[in-house]
Amino acid sequence: MSAAPVPADAPESPYARIARDFAASPLALGALAAFALLLLAAVCAPLISPQNPYDLAQLDVLDSRLPPGSTGADGQTYWLGTDEQGRDVLSAIFYGLRISLGVGAISTLAALAIGVAAGLAAGYFGGRVEALLMRVVDLQLSFPAILVALILLALLGQGIGKTIAALVVVQWAYYARTVRGTALVERGKEYMEAARGLGLPASRIVFRHLLPNCLPPVIVVATVQVAAAIALEATLSYLGIGVPITEPSLGLLIKNGFDYMLSGKYWISFFPGLALVLVIVSINLVGDRLRDVLNPRLQR
Amino acid sequence: MLNFVIRRLLQSVAVLFAMSLLVFVGVYAIGNPVDLLISPQADQADIERTIAALGLDKPLWEQYRIFLQQAVTGNLGLSFQYNEPAIRLILERMPATLELAFAAMVIAVVLGIPLGLWAGLKPDSFAGRAIMAGSILGFSLPTFWVGLLLIMVFSVELGWLPTSGRGPTIDVLGIPVSFLSIEGWKHLAMPAANLALFKLSLIIRLTRAGTREALLQDYVKFARAKGLPARRVVGVHVLKNIMIPIVTVIGLELGSVIAFAIVTESIFAWPGMGKLIIDSINALDRPVVVAYLLVIVVLFIVINLVVDVVYSVLDPRVRLSDTGS
Repeated sequence: MSAAPVPADAPESPYARIARDFAASPLALGALAAFALLLLAAVCAPLISPQNPYDLAQLDVLDSRLPPGSTGADGQTYWLGTDEQGRDVLSAIFYGLRISLGVGAISTLAALAIGVAAGLAAGYFGGRVEALLMRVVDLQLSFPAILVALILLALLGQGIGKTIAALVVVQWAYYARTVRGTALVERGKEYMEAARGLGLPASRIVFRHLLPNCLPPVIVVATVQVAAAIALEATLSYLGIGVPITEPSLGLLIKNGFDYMLSGKYWISFFPGLALVLVIVSINLVGDRLRDVLNPRLQR
Repeated sequence: MLNFVIRRLLQSVAVLFAMSLLVFVGVYAIGNPVDLLISPQADQADIERTIAALGLDKPLWEQYRIFLQQAVTGNLGLSFQYNEPAIRLILERMPATLELAFAAMVIAVVLGIPLGLWAGLKPDSFAGRAIMAGSILGFSLPTFWVGLLLIMVFSVELGWLPTSGRGPTIDVLGIPVSFLSIEGWKHLAMPAANLALFKLSLIIRLTRAGTREALLQDYVKFARAKGLPARRVVGVHVLKNIMIPIVTVIGLELGSVIAFAIVTESIFAWPGMGKLIIDSINALDRPVVVAYLLVIVVLFIVINLVVDVVYSVLDPRVRLSDTGS
C-alpha cells in the first residue's frame, strides 16, 4: 500500500491519487466542506458568536425562552431563540461545538497513540505480550462501548478530563486490534525481511518501515471512531455523567433543553441536536469515502 | 460438545473473577471507599460503625475476600436512597428492561429482514436506495436525539403517545409486563422503536449484503434455471443461507440492546435497570451501582456463552475446539 500502481507515462504521488479519488465523490466533498465549516465555527466561536453565552453580564433574563428569530430587549436578533437564562442558542452551539469536537479529537488522538503502540508491539514482537494484550482487547470489546464508559464514569465521577479518559479507554482497543492485524500481515513481507537482513535496529524497523504501512486502515478506523467518540460523549453528557454543567457540550445543551421540549419550546434542544447530527453525519460520510479510496482492493 | 461448554464455562468464571477484581479495585482502592460507600448524610458514629461493618480497617486482600464472599451470597449492601438491598432493586427492574430490549429486537428483526431482502434484491430501485439511505441515517443519528424527536412529534405535537413511564402492567407468572394491554402498548411503542433503530439499520445492512452475495451463488442460479418461482428461490434458497450470520448478530446484539436501554430508559423514564443506574450514579448511591455492574457483567457473560453454543449448533463448520484466540 506504500505506493499506488503508477502508470509509466503519468507519474503521480499516492497523495495526489488519494485526493483525486476522494474528490470524485461530490457527496464526500460536500461532507468535507460541511465539516470544515463546523470546525471553523468551533475554533472561531468567540469571534463569530453574537454573545459570550457564559458571561452572565451579557445575558438578559427578560429574553429567556424566546422562539427563533425573536428580537431581544436590546434590539438584537436571536436567530435560533434563547434558553431558560436568556442565552442565545446559536452562541451556545458554537461554544458547545468547541467542547464536543475538542473532547472527540483529544480522546481519539490519545487512544490512537496508545492503541497503535500496543498493536505494533503485539504484531511485531508476538509471544506473551501479544497474548496478554489481545486477551484484554477481546475482553473489553465483548462489552458495548457505552457500558464500559458508563462503568468508568460511575467510578471516577464527572468532568471533562475524566470523560476524555473514559473515551480513551473505550477506543484504544479498536486501534490495537486493527494495527495488530495489519502488522501481522506486513511482518511477513519481503521489505520487512530486507530491513531485518540489513541489521537495522528494531525501533527503526517498527517506526520507519512497519508503522507507515499499517496506517491506511488505522486512518479509516480513526474517522469512524472520532464520530463515535463525539456521539458517545454527547450521550454520556445527556445522561448527566459526562462533561460538567460549567463547560456544556452539545449533548449537555440538548439535556438542558429537554424539559422545555415537553411544553413545545423545541428550539433549546432541537438546534444543538441538529449541529451534533451534522458533525457526526459529515464525519461518517468522509470516513466512508476514505475507506473506499484507501482500500487497495478497490484501486483501479 | 460437552467439553466445549465446560471450557467456555471455566473461561466465563475467569472473566467474572477478573471483572469482580476490577470493580473492587475501582470502588474500594481508587479514592476513599468511606466516601463511596457511606451516605454523605451519615454522622461520625455511623461512619465508624460502617467502617467496622464493611471491614475497611482490614488489609486489602482480606477486604477483597469479604467482598467476593458477600457478592456470591447476593449481599451487596443496602441502597442509600431506598434502604433496600441493592441487588433486589436491580432484579425488580430487570423485567422492564428485558421487555423493552426484546420488543426492540422483535421490531428490528420483523422490519429489518424484509427491508434488507428488498434492498438486496433490487439494489438500484428507488425503494432499495431509500432503504439504504434510511439505514445510514439510523447508524449516524444519536439514539437520544431521535428519542427526543419522537417525543416532540408523537407526544407534544400530535398527542398520540405518552411521553414517559411504563403504564399499567399485568402480571404473567409473577412478572409484570406491559404488552398485554393497549395502554401498555402505547407506552412501549416509542421507547421500543427508539431502541430498535440502530439494530434495525444493522440488520438491514447485513441482510442486504447477504442477499446480494447469495444471489450470485450457483445454487440460486440453479434454482432459477429449474424454473422455481421467485418466491421460493428467495424464501427458501436465499433466506435459509443468510440466516446464520443474522441469528448470530441478533444474539450478540441482545447484550448491546440491554446496555443501550440505559439511554432510552432515561429519555422515556422507563422504570428499568438502566434508569435506576443513572439515577443512582447521580445520587451517589454506590451499592446500587456496584450491584448493577456485577449483574450486568453476569448477564453479558451468560449471553456470550449462549450465543457461542447456539452458533456452534447452527453452523457445523464452526470448530467446537476452542482455539483460544
